[in-house]
Amino acid sequence: MQNTSVDFERQVTIKLADAKLQQALSRLQSRFVEGRAAVISEISDFEETRSAAAAIRDRVLNDLEHWLMHFEQQATARGAIVHWAETAADVNRIVTEIAALHGVRTAAKSKSMVSEECGLNDALELAGVTVMETDLGEYILQLAHEAPSHIVAPVVHKNKEEISDLFAEKHQLPRKTGIAELCREAREVLRPAFLNADMGISGANFLVAETGSALIVTNEGNGRLVTTLPRVHVAITGIEKVVPTLEDVTTLLRLLPRSATGQSITNYVSVLTGNKNKEDHDGPEHFHIILLDNGRSSLIGGEMQEMLRCIRCGACMNHCPVYQNIGGHAYGWVYPGPMGSILTPLLGGLEKSPDLPNASTLCGACAVVCPVKIPLPDLLRKLREKQMERGMKSRRETLSLKAWAWLALHPPVYALATKFGVRMMSLLGGKNKLLHTLPGASGWTDGRDFPAPEGLTFREMYQRRNRQ
Amino acid sequence: MNAREKILGRIRNAQARTNGAAVTATHTEAVASHLALHPRGPLPPHPDNLLARFKECALKLSSDVLETGDRKEVPTLLARYLNERNLPVSGVCWPSLAGLPWSTAGLDMQPRPAKNQDLVGVTGAFCAIAETGTLMLLSGTETPATTSLLPETHVAVLDPRRIVAAMEDAWDLLRREYKQPPRAVNFISGPSRTADIEQTVTLGAHGPYRVLLILAPA
Ligand code: SF4
Repeated sequence: MQNTSVDFERQVTIKLADAKLQQALSRLQSRFVEGRAAVISEISDFEETRSAAAAIRDRVLNDLEHWLMHFEQQATARGAIVHWAETAADVNRIVTEIAALHGVRTAAKSKSMVSEECGLNDALELAGVTVMETDLGEYILQLAHEAPSHIVAPVVHKNKEEISDLFAEKHQLPRKTGIAELCREAREVLRPAFLNADMGISGANFLVAETGSALIVTNEGNGRLVTTLPRVHVAITGIEKVVPTLEDVTTLLRLLPRSATGQSITNYVSVLTGNKNKEDHDGPEHFHIILLDNGRSSLIGGEMQEMLRCIRCGACMNHCPVYQNIGGHAYGWVYPGPMGSILTPLLGGLEKSPDLPNASTLCGACAVVCPVKIPLPDLLRKLREKQMERGMKSRRETLSLKAWAWLALHPPVYALATKFGVRMMSLLGGKNKLLHTLPGASGWTDGRDFPAPEGLTFREMYQRRNRQ
Repeated sequence: MNAREKILGRIRNAQARTNGAAVTATHTEAVASHLALHPRGPLPPHPDNLLARFKECALKLSSDVLETGDRKEVPTLLARYLNERNLPVSGVCWPSLAGLPWSTAGLDMQPRPAKNQDLVGVTGAFCAIAETGTLMLLSGTETPATTSLLPETHVAVLDPRRIVAAMEDAWDLLRREYKQPPRAVNFISGPSRTADIEQTVTLGAHGPYRVLLILAPA
């Protein structure tokens, strides 16, 4: 997928004014945020489990080479073929080659954010392979030619009426209005796609080194269908997704669905190891696993390594006041919200996403909910520091920071300036004590009024108290 | 150099920088010992009554649960369940269940893998997990994965003595009874569902619309 995050600021203005989007986003709040809150209490010691999960991810990341090699060895021993891809383009080339090798004409695909990173569908279509997205959300997006706006609920930005219209137009069937009817229609349209596909494409939520397995969580059952019915299965995932043992992955599974959708467990958890035996009636004859780097290895051993703990639950975006107001598309690439504001610049280049590290109030909600304890605000702050070091901040921002630094180093001038500033603003605030415009801060005051300061400055109050 | 060597090389170099270079041997040992011990993470408290806990969680996941002390009663229970809901009375079952008196109960259950048209699929289960009300099924020649997936109604016949507390116990059971996991281990927690449209949960996405668990000792 093309990275358009450089356009962030303009997109934000558009998204904030989009009333339909605003209504759609409010549903995330009620379902996912409240759902998570209700279900984490089922775990007696949630904090202890989070720490254990973070430790499991760190164990792998601190020794990624060995765990990857062990995974490869086990997977290969069971008949899977492991491919390594340095870039998104390599993934597309490998999948296209696999398709050609096995004479694949149609592919059924379950949700995979890594394949979105690669823009795999376009590459396959170019090679003459018809690809059908089968996750309901992804299917809707494929029909509408849109990108996902959330890593767990890809179509959260659309309401039921839009989906009714879309189905009526594309399926050429009478327009349905109920959600259950729409789901039934999609099921019936997609069933033949599963049955006829030569190749199934999936992601993998985790790779288990102990057994060489790919683990997939789904609710709809499409993940099971695309990995059971077609004669070829290709699983695509990032190199960081390895987990040592079945016990380790179980600890992570206690947190993933709870953090993502507020479920104790997803409907299906499939642990897939190798290809089918000759006597088996189902399962793929060929199982390919593609491990994508795409910039991930550059984070190993550095100050941003913690980001690779991410298990893609989406909790950070569900709880982010910025995401809650602008949705996922504004972020301009596959990964939105706090994790995207870090991953997009890290994987795609800081220069291409100048706004993303700043698209956060640093309120800290993301770090509080992250199941693998990624210090997201700290990482955002580090990215901001990098921008500063590389002189990537605007002249105005650099100048005003310099001015502030000078003031802070000259306390008497600082005291005078704040005293004067506060009196001025208080005067300008008038009867309502609100400032509608502030010179140099229109970015704030365009969207809301600024409460005018009242009374004395902190320093004045402090001095007065000391005197008493 | 191929992609594999380049990726692993980059990781090796980066880790040598942070960890110091001479760790390869100890790391290989650490990997091996972690794999051999496969320690458990924090576990939920062990439920006092596995069966009660399992049933409670299964119901929460919208599974239906029936119980009988006699496995031969399973067809009668299923026939009643299907008739009450006006559901078709024919389908497929795992070969290991072919011996149950299906036809006496008015059911037609073919012992073969499921096809698209089959509307009822009856399976056994390797075990079940009380913590979440989940079934664990292993794929195999005699235990096709399609039976629990393609039909609109999935019926699982489960020996209540095979209910374990947590998924970790299920892995131990698997390690004890098999050398390695089969091609597919499927954990099933109720009927398939989607919440993609307006985050509203709808049962019956691409898999079964309903899951019936019949608890009957083997
Ligand atoms: S950063 Fe944490 S909260 Fe956000 S998606 Fe990743 S694991 Fe979930």
